[in-house]
Amino acid sequence: MDFTTFLWMTFGVFVTLATFSFLYKDNPFYKFAEHLVVGVSAGYFVIILWHNGLVPNLFQKLADGDWYYLWLNSSEPWYIVPAILGMLMWTRFSREYAWVSRWPMAMYIGISTGIAIPLTMSTYINKQLYATMTLSFDNFWGHGGFNLLDPYSGLSNLIIFVGVISALIYFFFSKAHEGWFGRVADLGIWTLMIGFGASFGYTVMARISLFVNRIQDVDDWGKVAWNSTVEPNPNYSNWFLVVFWGMVLIIVVYIIKEIVQHFSSKSKAQTQA
Amino acid sequence: MKRELPFVLVFIFGMFMLLQYFVPHEKSEWVYEFFLAWTIIIGIFALALGIWSLFKVSVDKIKMHRPGWGYSYVTLAGLFVMIAFGFTKRNGDAWGLYHLWWILGLLCLGAIMQVRAETNTGRKKMYFVVSLVLLAATVAISIFDNTWSFHFYTSEGLENTLFRNFFDYIMIPILSTMFALLAFFIASAAYRAFRARNLMATLLLFAALLVMSRFNPWIPGAEYVAKASTWLMNVPNLAAQRAIVMGIGLGVIATALKVILGIERGYMGKG
Repeated sequence: MDFTTFLWMTFGVFVTLATFSFLYKDNPFYKFAEHLVVGVSAGYFVIILWHNGLVPNLFQKLADGDWYYLWLNSSEPWYIVPAILGMLMWTRFSREYAWVSRWPMAMYIGISTGIAIPLTMSTYINKQLYATMTLSFDNFWGHGGFNLLDPYSGLSNLIIFVGVISALIYFFFSKAHEGWFGRVADLGIWTLMIGFGASFGYTVMARISLFVNRIQDVDDWGKVAWNSTVEPNPNYSNWFLVVFWGMVLIIVVYIIKEIVQHFSSKSKAQTQA
Repeated sequence: MKRELPFVLVFIFGMFMLLQYFVPHEKSEWVYEFFLAWTIIIGIFALALGIWSLFKVSVDKIKMHRPGWGYSYVTLAGLFVMIAFGFTKRNGDAWGLYHLWWILGLLCLGAIMQVRAETNTGRKKMYFVVSLVLLAATVAISIFDNTWSFHFYTSEGLENTLFRNFFDYIMIPILSTMFALLAFFIASAAYRAFRARNLMATLLLFAALLVMSRFNPWIPGAEYVAKASTWLMNVPNLAAQRAIVMGIGLGVIATALKVILGIERGYMGKG
């Protein structure tokens, strides 16, 4: 690893620790990282959408035309229409003509909702219903013998079927949840509670794994700084350690400043009291 | 005209796109692709509004010297360098005046901000002259330095070393650390959520604990816990998620129909 890459890595570790410092309290390091990521993310998405959205869907379609003909001589001149509509969105900058931006907005919403209805019907409802209703009771007690923890057994299929129906019944509010209907709805709540618990646990584990990954990155940085990686770095120099100690110094100075500030404000409060 | 035409447009485009789905013909597919490109193009043009809004909020904060106004420079610098890097790339191995170019560009941006923020006329003029000089230098470098070039119509900018480094060493670490922070905050939420007060809360607690123990090799019977957790994720959890997804689907369809039929008009805004 060359020194420039190590400097980038150091900055990555700096912003990681700056972001973690929010656990203590809101502070200038966290604010710096927060504001930086807002700007960088916005710039990143501008570039990604430009290169992966606008270039293939607009510029390349009009590439064989000429600007002095306003691209009307290209093989697909109708792609100018969405570009003009897109520019009409900018009338929002004017109070007087802001209403014009409703036209492209209306087309956008019309197209999106029109596409969404059959696609949602297919993926969110039909396919889910199909998967639920195509019950198979083969290998009812599990594949290869008695195994209650086999998620693909006939029993598991039955539990999924009953779970889905009961949870849907719980969501059906046009009939009072009384009698057998209420008892099935109760089963639906239990199913949903298991689902929420599992989702919660899964989210916690996802965050923990992200945390572990960040700590690993800091650890890797320390190893590179001290040249204690599995394969020694041929480009290693003492400047790596200078950068390492520089960063440690920043952290230590900030902690000392916070401690001093804490005790001085405490003694000031005691004096005032 | 101001309000009626948008409703008509939503209805026509909505119904058209809804019906074309059921036409099994290649022309119908072409129309689908064509209008999908429309939404992408209009959406990207609309993104300019968002970027302008971010720019304006940051500039106003600097101009008014609101609390934390100095950090707005960081936001603007991040935004502009990322855009500059995404449209440029080195032609060979040499950097040439590339670093000077983007640093001068940033200084020019800072000087322009100062022109807007400054109330003293003399200093305002001074910053104006400085910003003009910096702008001229930036433009001159971009014209005469041949070690790098602009790439607006090809995606070479995505391979720019600095663009990638900003993504790998700034954006990803901060974003993933922000999500990792939730690991700590979720712990306090878990305390409140996981108290076994009744059957339902107990089920929630049991399911969450089982999923969290999934990859823990030290607990007794780790193999069976992992199996039970996998079963829980794939069977009762699947049933619950499936019912929720169906509910969401019905909600999406109902809302989309309300929009197409002009019952839901929130997207029009006021006026």
